[in-house]
Amino acid sequence: MENMVEHLARERSMEWREALRKSIKAKDRTSLERVAMPEADPAERAKSHVEVNQGLSVQMAVEESRRCLDCPDPTCIQGCPVSINIPKFIKYIEKKDFAGAARSLKETNALPAVCGRVCPQEIQCEASCFYTLKLKAPPVAIGHLERFAADWERKSGKMFIPEVAPANGIKVAVVGSGPSGLAVAGDLVRLGYAITVFEALHEPGGVLKYGIPEFRLPNEIVDVEINNLKKMGVEFLTNFVVGKTATIQELKAEGYQAFFAGSGAGLPNFMHIPGENANGIMSSNEYLTRVNLMNAAHDDYDTPVLLGKNVAVIGGGNTAMDSVRTAKRLGAERAMIIYRRTLAEMPARNEEIKHAQEEGIEFLNLNNPVEYFADKNGRVNRIRLQKMELGEPDASGRKKPIPIEGSEYELEADLVIVSVGVSPNPLIPQSIPGLKVSRWGTIVVDEKEMQSSVPELFAGGDIVRGGATVILAMGDGRHAAAGIDRYLQKKNRSAS
Amino acid sequence: MNKIISIEHLSENVVKLSIEAPRIARKRKAGHFVIVKIGEKGERIPLTISSSDPEKGTITLVVQRVGVTSHKISNLHVGDSVTDVVGPLGLTTHVEKFGTVLCAGGGVGTAPLLPIVEAMHKAGNRVITVLAARNKELIILEEEIGEFSDEVVIMTDDGSYGRQGLVTHGMEEIIQREKVDFAVVIGPAIMMKFSSMLTKKYNIPTVASLNAIMVDGTGMCGACRVSVGGATKFVCVDGPEFDAHEVNFDELLTRLGGFRDEEFKAYQIFLETLKKEVT
Ligand SMILES: Cc1cc2nc3c(=O)[nH]c(=O)nc-3n(C[C@H](O)[C@H](O)[C@H](O)COP(=O)(O)OP(=O)(O)OC[C@H]3O[C@@H](n4cnc5c(N)ncnc54)[C@H](O)[C@@H]3O)c2cc1C
Ligand SMILES: Cc1cc2nc3c(=O)[nH]c(=O)nc-3n(C[C@H](O)[C@H](O)[C@H](O)COP(=O)(O)OP(=O)(O)OC[C@H]3O[C@@H](n4cnc5c(N)ncnc54)[C@H](O)[C@@H]3O)c2cc1C
Ligand code: SF4
Ligand code: FES
Repeated sequence: MENMVEHLARERSMEWREALRKSIKAKDRTSLERVAMPEADPAERAKSHVEVNQGLSVQMAVEESRRCLDCPDPTCIQGCPVSINIPKFIKYIEKKDFAGAARSLKETNALPAVCGRVCPQEIQCEASCFYTLKLKAPPVAIGHLERFAADWERKSGKMFIPEVAPANGIKVAVVGSGPSGLAVAGDLVRLGYAITVFEALHEPGGVLKYGIPEFRLPNEIVDVEINNLKKMGVEFLTNFVVGKTATIQELKAEGYQAFFAGSGAGLPNFMHIPGENANGIMSSNEYLTRVNLMNAAHDDYDTPVLLGKNVAVIGGGNTAMDSVRTAKRLGAERAMIIYRRTLAEMPARNEEIKHAQEEGIEFLNLNNPVEYFADKNGRVNRIRLQKMELGEPDASGRKKPIPIEGSEYELEADLVIVSVGVSPNPLIPQSIPGLKVSRWGTIVVDEKEMQSSVPELFAGGDIVRGGATVILAMGDGRHAAAGIDRYLQKKNRSAS
Repeated sequence: MNKIISIEHLSENVVKLSIEAPRIARKRKAGHFVIVKIGEKGERIPLTISSSDPEKGTITLVVQRVGVTSHKISNLHVGDSVTDVVGPLGLTTHVEKFGTVLCAGGGVGTAPLLPIVEAMHKAGNRVITVLAARNKELIILEEEIGEFSDEVVIMTDDGSYGRQGLVTHGMEEIIQREKVDFAVVIGPAIMMKFSSMLTKKYNIPTVASLNAIMVDGTGMCGACRVSVGGATKFVCVDGPEFDAHEVNFDELLTRLGGFRDEEFKAYQIFLETLKKEVT
């Protein structure tokens, strides 16, 4: 079989690619400036939920695509967790075959419209682009182009729905409808399997729906992907908690031959400091779920959400940034990030930090809460903070924050969102006897097949990695789908 | 969609409804609850499964009207559907043969108490149940509770039915009269607080079923957190039943009021729109 390098070389040597390469000199390509993403005005968007990045126009996208050199050794691909054939889709854009670009993205990425919006390209493909590595210049805007191609396809009204093989009657259950589950479902339904996706909440989509806000990832985009899967024959059963409504063993008895657990890392961590259970202190999961999934900020929806004048969000990840920017949009006068390290160590995407700064979010770095105080009704009104300084790097490679003795002071806050990480959802692991889990409660799988210690159970995404990214979850799903297919082929061969 | 098979108004503010939910009906045990949502724009609220019929595939819920969602439920009719029902959630009641079990239900807390009374009875315990409410109107499920109790004591605040007095009076009389090995208390947080202070005084192991505010019911949000024995627990996955003597009821009481202003405002707006629809 052809290996990856040969495959890429063959595709690169196609006539149309050669012709495009010759049409503009490399020197002229590298002298082009990176096209800036049009953004909603910071003052306006901080009051609404419009998407911040507005997307490239056709003209902008084609112009940006010309910068890509179609390198003989495309280092960008090594930076992509699912090895998207990046120059290929970009050259389709240069050729103005946008449908072709979308189709070639979908060869490896089931959710390009999502990944084009939320992937941390700046530390993945774009970090290993020739421009970044060799020219010390801004990389090709791979993420913006990915989003462009996927959006173009969606808006064209002619979305490519992959062909589905004849039904083979083999039932596979997918637990959880986040990116990993959606990827498994998409790949297996194409091979002819009968797929049921079980989702605990009343709407499918996982974190893409209940976590990431509209202004970064409109729900409609996720819904389109889910509807395409439905058109391909995937069945979605919402309001179904596997392990509670039915166990894996019971579903097995109902004829499901293999299982994929993509149940995510849903359990919010708290800091367990005094006063943390006061009213007005909640996890980012609660806050974002109320606002994103339950539409709590709209009067005609029944779910309430607390509004704050001085909102403090504890943490420095994407979740913290999404929460603080949501609070600003819901009318906070001060919306503050409280983080125990500095901007340089913040795990959130650079783009999110930049957007937050533009929107007037305050960053109280090198600060850590030690206690909360409440008013006579039990609602939080003040935080006691301690200043920190950075010491030697810790196990994670980041400089360790060390409290400065005697530096405590108090800050007014009437809403506090705790965003200090999540733990794996224990429901699935607990309900399966004999399943091997790690010290942290993640499901242990073999990395290639994504198979757990229970042969018919495969797993991927945050329940395996303990908190990762959309693209890694999606990649896991694709590997697991291949693993499940091989497992079932083998099993059914030996049975017949 | 879960169709409503029957609906019965137990008192002015309490309805009992049985709805289609075949999988839940088969799986549920005492202690389990469901989360329901009414309409596309509805909120998710937890309700105990009061009983079920696995054959017919139905579960029974008993709901007290206190705000927007419970009001919407009380206005439903046979043939309507409940938009979303998910469960059974939570851990099951720990049932064993304790000897004599004292069960106390306050107000609509009688509904979640019913499956426990039944399970305790079936495990061979002597079951004595105290039902308490403000007045006669609000005493519910007396007959069903009676079926599985060796004795039922009714207490009303105004003496309009049974004996006059608080639930704790009824409980204390029984504790003084005979040896009680285990107690279960379910009702408003304030009632559970005082009932468990009483059983603590007599060293009777006691569980309480906590009615924290919830969103997802699967451990994902932490809205339902309570302090038990100094540690933070999530009612939806670690409960809803806990050692009553370890629960911080004052914190629970405060947290139940966490959205009071928002809920009050929403309910006023809802009642206004109801009025407009009528006229
Ligand atoms: C606020 C926020 C912002 C983020 N921003 C980014 C970003 O910008 N870029 C990025 O790459 N990543 C981001 N992430 C991380 C990314 O979203 C996750 O890594 C990814 O969604 C994990 O996917 P998953 O498939 O493992 O499951 P999830 O998306 O976590 O979905 C799991 C689903 O399984 C369901 N479930 C759980 N248990 C059961 C059960 N027993 N039965 C049935 N269903 C069950 C859950 O309800 C849920 O819907 C963000 C995360 C959050 C919370
Ligand atoms: C595990 C569990 C099981 C429950 N079982 C039942 C049941 O079988 N029958 C039943 O009628 N109720 C039950 N409850 C309580 C029920 O969930 C609430 O009454 C309901 O959420 C109120 O919603 P609402 O929109 O009608 O009122 P809201 O507008 O939300 O609230 C109106 C008033 O009720 C108070 N309130 C809100 N939530 C709760 C709560 N969770 N507990 C007590 N008071 C609350 C508010 O402080 C407010 O004053 C249970 C709660 C839990 C956690
Ligand atoms: S490394 Fe950069 S320039 Fe080269 S092919 Fe990839 S995106 Fe294009
Ligand atoms: S209701 Fe969300 S964690 Fe319990």
